[in-house]
Amino acid sequence: MTVRVQQEDFDVGREMAQLRANTPGVGAVASFVGVVRDLNEAAEIRTLTLEHYPGMTEKALEGIVGDAKRRWDLCDVLVIHRVGELQPSDQIVLVAVTSAHRGEAFAACQFIMDDLKTRAPFWKKELTPAGERWVEARASDDEAAARW
Amino acid sequence: MIRLVYLARLREALGTGTESVDPPREVGTVTALLEWLSSRGGAWRRELAPGRAVRVAVNHDIAGPDTPIRPGDEIALFPPVTGG
Repeated sequence: MTVRVQQEDFDVGREMAQLRANTPGVGAVASFVGVVRDLNEAAEIRTLTLEHYPGMTEKALEGIVGDAKRRWDLCDVLVIHRVGELQPSDQIVLVAVTSAHRGEAFAACQFIMDDLKTRAPFWKKELTPAGERWVEARASDDEAAARW
Repeated sequence: MIRLVYLARLREALGTGTESVDPPREVGTVTALLEWLSSRGGAWRRELAPGRAVRVAVNHDIAGPDTPIRPGDEIALFPPVTGG
């Protein structure tokens, strides 16, 4: 399992190829890529700046991945989350899961993303034409995490 | 001494990112610490008022109201998370 918090962009194809290299038991690879949108709550987004809490963020992500591995029979998991200033269409997050069969891979990928949204210490600040604003947490994210 | 870390909106509202404090001995839980900090008044009272969504981590683990705090701890205060 690998967890990375970084400013740099990532190459999804290369990361996924690397994740399943030399593991012939893998029969399924599921992934999720989160991307910066150009519109949020009716405002045009110029930049999105992501802040984290070094030390705790990595620990929280490792905890989430650990929970997924206890729950499903997985071969490997990769989580990459970017921080710093991003623009619309930039990639923010990658979750990739390998397993023998698709059911585990799909479920674990969705669980990790839902848990990450409510448990991993990251905060988004948007720059819109009207100025800067911190993004507010959404109740729908709590509901998505609670169903697991 | 306790090391306090303020993150995101809270850091901006309080005008500081970190500080070291030496609370009185009776300040032994997360709730007591928030009340003690709130008694500074101004932005502290406003941001840490009961009902405000403030999350607390003690030594990098999410804490609850009754989580004990001890000298040497690193305690972070932050708004609900919005990553992903």
